[in-house]
Amino acid sequence: MGFSWVRVGAIVRKELHDYRRNRFVVVTMSFLPLVFIVAPVIQLFAIKLSITSARFDDRIGLALLYMLILPAIIPSVLSAYSVVGEREQGTLEPVLTTPIHSEEFLVAKALAALLPTLAVAYVIFGVFLGAIAAFAHPAVASAIFERNHLLVQLIFTPLVAGWSIWTGIAISTRMSDVRAAQQLTVLASLPPVGVVALMNFNVITPSLGLALGLAGGLLLIDGMAWRVVVVLFDRERLVTGARG
Amino acid sequence: MTSEPDGGRHRPIRDGERSGAALVVEHLTKRFGERVAYEDVSFDVGYGEVFGFLGPNGAGKTTTVRTLGTLIAPTSGAATIVGVPLSAESGPAIRARISIMPESPGLYLRLTVAENLECFARLYELRDVRGRIDRVLQAVNLTGRASDACGALSKGLRQRVALARALLSDPEVLFLDEPTSGLDPVATRDVHGLLDALRARGVTIFLTTHRLEEAERLCDRVAILNTTLRLVGRPDELRAQLFSRNLEVRTRTQLDEPGRVFDGLSNVEGWEQSPSGSYVLNVTDPDVAAPGIARALVAANADILSMAESHHSLEDVYLELVDEDVEAKR
Repeated sequence: MGFSWVRVGAIVRKELHDYRRNRFVVVTMSFLPLVFIVAPVIQLFAIKLSITSARFDDRIGLALLYMLILPAIIPSVLSAYSVVGEREQGTLEPVLTTPIHSEEFLVAKALAALLPTLAVAYVIFGVFLGAIAAFAHPAVASAIFERNHLLVQLIFTPLVAGWSIWTGIAISTRMSDVRAAQQLTVLASLPPVGVVALMNFNVITPSLGLALGLAGGLLLIDGMAWRVVVVLFDRERLVTGARG
Repeated sequence: MTSEPDGGRHRPIRDGERSGAALVVEHLTKRFGERVAYEDVSFDVGYGEVFGFLGPNGAGKTTTVRTLGTLIAPTSGAATIVGVPLSAESGPAIRARISIMPESPGLYLRLTVAENLECFARLYELRDVRGRIDRVLQAVNLTGRASDACGALSKGLRQRVALARALLSDPEVLFLDEPTSGLDPVATRDVHGLLDALRARGVTIFLTTHRLEEAERLCDRVAILNTTLRLVGRPDELRAQLFSRNLEVRTRTQLDEPGRVFDGLSNVEGWEQSPSGSYVLNVTDPDVAAPGIARALVAANADILSMAESHHSLEDVYLELVDEDVEAKR
C-alpha cells in the first residue's frame, strides 16, 4: 500500500473543520495577525524622514520582520497540538488503527497547519502593503516595495512556516502535555526568523542569489525534518506510553 | 444457511463462509522492559465466530488487541490476521481488513457524526462514502443524528457512533475492546442488541470484556487471560472441564440421616448440604443418576419438591481460575 493523498486529504479536511469550530484556534488566528499588522504600520507611519539612513533601514527591516514572525508563530500552536493533543483527547488511537501510514499522517498534519498559515500570512502581508502604498510616505513605500524585500517575504514565509511546523510536530510526538509542547515549539520556531532578520536589517547584504541559497537550505532542512519526525513518530510509545 | 451442533450451542454457517481461521496466534508474548503484558498466548478464531477474551484488569487483553491490530509489535511469537502474517511491513494491509473499536470511543467532539464517519471512510479509501455512512448509521439506529456534534451526544450514543465507525469498512474481523464499559444498563442492552445483529450477519468478532454475562450471552467461545492464557473453549466446555456435574435436590423437610440415603448410591460420587437446605449431589451423569436418587428419597419417606441439574455460570469458571492465580502468587 503506497502513499495515499486521499488519506492525507481526509486528515486535512478533518483538521480544517476542527479549527473552524475551535474558539481557541479562531481567536489565535484572528487576533495575532492584527497585532502583527498594527505595530509595523504605526512604526512606518511614524518614521521621520530626518532620521539617518541606517536608522531608516532598521525601521523598515523591523517592520518587515513582524511579517515573518507571523508564519513562525501561527503554525507553532497548531503543530504543537497536532499529535499530543490527539493523544490527550483519545482520538489518536482510532486513527492509527486505520491503514494510514505514519508519513501520510504527518504530512496531513503539516499541511493542515501550513495552509491556514500561508493564507493568513499572505493576506496580512497584502493588507500591510496596501496600507503602506495608500498612507505611508512615498520614501517609506518605495523602501518597502523594494524587490528584494518582497522576494524575501514571499519565499521565506512558507519556509519559515515549514520549519516551525516540523519542529512543532517533532516536539508534539515526544511530549505528553499540550501546554509544554506549545511553549517549547514557539521558542524552537524562531531561529530561522533570525537569519531573515539579518537580511532585513542589511547585516547580511540581501541579494537574489543569497536569498535563493538560504531558501534552498531551509527547504532542505524542512525536508530532512519531515524524515526525522517520521522516525520520532513511534506508534507504540504514542499508544501505550511505553516502548517495547 | 445451515447450522452445526456445537456442544449445545449452534454456530451459524453462512453461505460462502470462508474456511480456515480469521486469527491464528502462536506463542505471542509482549514485554515492556521487565514488565510482562502477556506471555505465550496461543489461540485461533474462525471466520464468523464471536470470540470472547476475558480477564481481570491488567491481564493483557487490550495489549493483545493492540498487537493484533498492528499498533504495537510483539516481543516474540507469531500471528496471522485474516491470512496476513503479522509483521512491521504488513501493518497497513492488515489494518485495511480489520477494524478496532477501542475502549474509549475517541471521536472528534467538535465534528458532527457524519463528519467523523466521513473522515474514517476516506482513511479506508472507501467508495460511495455517503451510502456507507447511511448504512452504518442505520445499523446502529442513529440515522437521525448524522448532523449532531459528537460532543453533544450521550456516552451511550458516542459508543454507537464508534461502533458505526468500526463497521464502515466492512471489516473481516471486528475487535471490540470493552464495548459496554461505563455504559448504563439501557445503553448496554442497546450495544448487545447491535452485537447480536452483527453476529447474525456472520461478522467475526473479537470481544474483550470483563462482563462475564456479556461473554456468556454473546460468544461462541471464550478465552480467559491472566497474563498467560488460562483456558480456551466454549463456556459449557469450560464448565465441564472445571466442575463436576451436580444434581440439586430440594425436599419439604430436612432428611434425618441424609448419609444413609445418598451414600452408596450408584453414580453418586459425593454430596453436601447447601446453606439453603437443599442437597447438592456430585454425579457422573445426571440422567442416569436421577431415577436412583428419586427411589432412595421415596424409600426414606422424603417429599421431593424438585430435582434439577445445577449449572455453573461462566462467572464461576472465571472466578475459579482467577482465584487459582491469586492463590498461586501467595
